[in-house]
Amino acid sequence: MTYPDTYRYTKEHEWVSLDGEIATIGITYHAQKELGDIVYVDLPRVGSSIEAGKSFGSVESVKAVSDIYAPLSGEVSEINDGLSSAPEKLNEDPHEAAWLIKITGPTNAEFNALMTAADYEAYVGVED
Amino acid sequence: MENTSELKRTPLHAAHLALKAKMVDFGGWDMPVQYSGLVDEHNTVRNAVGLFDVSHMGEIEVKGPQALEFVDYATTNAVAKLNVGQVHYAGLLYEHGGFVDDILVHKVAADSFFLCVNAGNQEKDFEHLQGLLSEKKFDCEVIYASERYAQLAIQGPKALSVAQKLSVTELAPIKYYWFVDGEFAGVPARIARTGYTGEDGFEVYVAPEHAESVWNQILAAGQEAGIKPAGLGARNTLRLESKMALYGHEIGPSINPFEADLNWIVKLDKGDFHGRAALAAAKERGLSRKLAGFEMRGRGIGRDGYDVHVDGKPAGWVTSGSPAPTLNKNIGLCIIPSGHAVPGNKIEVIVRNQPVEAEIVPTPFYKRSK
Repeated sequence: MTYPDTYRYTKEHEWVSLDGEIATIGITYHAQKELGDIVYVDLPRVGSSIEAGKSFGSVESVKAVSDIYAPLSGEVSEINDGLSSAPEKLNEDPHEAAWLIKITGPTNAEFNALMTAADYEAYVGVED
Repeated sequence: MENTSELKRTPLHAAHLALKAKMVDFGGWDMPVQYSGLVDEHNTVRNAVGLFDVSHMGEIEVKGPQALEFVDYATTNAVAKLNVGQVHYAGLLYEHGGFVDDILVHKVAADSFFLCVNAGNQEKDFEHLQGLLSEKKFDCEVIYASERYAQLAIQGPKALSVAQKLSVTELAPIKYYWFVDGEFAGVPARIARTGYTGEDGFEVYVAPEHAESVWNQILAAGQEAGIKPAGLGARNTLRLESKMALYGHEIGPSINPFEADLNWIVKLDKGDFHGRAALAAAKERGLSRKLAGFEMRGRGIGRDGYDVHVDGKPAGWVTSGSPAPTLNKNIGLCIIPSGHAVPGNKIEVIVRNQPVEAEIVPTPFYKRSK
């Protein structure tokens, strides 16, 4: 698996991309693979605040519940509504179509302090 | 990497790694939780046939002139009614009526019984039986036999046709919960028409040194039928849809068979057995809580251990809960006050501190068409 090199990553297996003031957050290929068939996604409301390092939602597979941790702090500006009716998209396209939320607030410096794709690939090790 | 050096391995461990199974610690055993994916494996068992390695399960033999009397005393079901070649499900109870384990009792001969017990309980069960034997002095011996058996489960509507390819003995005449001792895939085997999925199928016991060869022969014989190896993840969702109990969840030392909705395995009129007095008293007192099935109505999944509220007050807990792949619903089993355990009644399952509505429904959730 290759991880988009414009993204940044966390040890809890979230990714972030930054486009101007808007940061998009999702879970990584590795995270969805570890979880297996995802059947439920719980996301915060638009307008709520999330805090770096704190859980802002959860993803459930058939066999497990996993918290999603905020890589950065900010205010939720948009959520990926389609996931509630089609959570399996998180297994199919975790790095693109199945993003979770968009937030405003993070700075470039905060973004750049997270793991790069190369760091993250080294962190998760060899996978299919 | 996690430290897995202390986990026990079945003789098929290398085969699972070769199939790139995802391995987990299951009661001290390094076991495959999934191969191709839980839902895919679940559906394969419901629609075609799946193969499970269940060699972690324990085996205990009871042999001798009073083997029947002893097994009858140690378990809840009516062993005297078993025919040679027949199997039944039973509880192994403490004197206070709670479960030591749930087991399958196979009658091999008039003086020989074969017990299949849960992986994580096998040492405890053996010690429990040894203790009963030394106390009650039946003329028989209890033999710890787990090292002599690997167990493979072939489960699904196509299990019979696939298994038949590897057996000289005709398998179709073996009725549900009966077994034969014969040959399977060229090696000596005990072939039982039992399972833990709610589908037709066989559980085949062979010597550990033959396990890998038998496993590979089953996968090859089932290729046309679409066989897939299936892991413990699918095993759990399959058994939950069929409302089969799992030790440590629906049953355990603090749960008696009536509470677990397993009245049918308790034969109070068969004569004395270990735990009988406590069960008779419990029956006399009446049931204060019992197992019930539920379906989530609100958004959320009730998981194992989540609290259950009735009318806003704590009332019980979820014993097992999961999305049900066959039913496309979120289902579960819970222990709640027996007066409330009536289909149609509402409960709240506390999902991450939020009450989510669920409804008591009839069980089993899934029953195969025969």
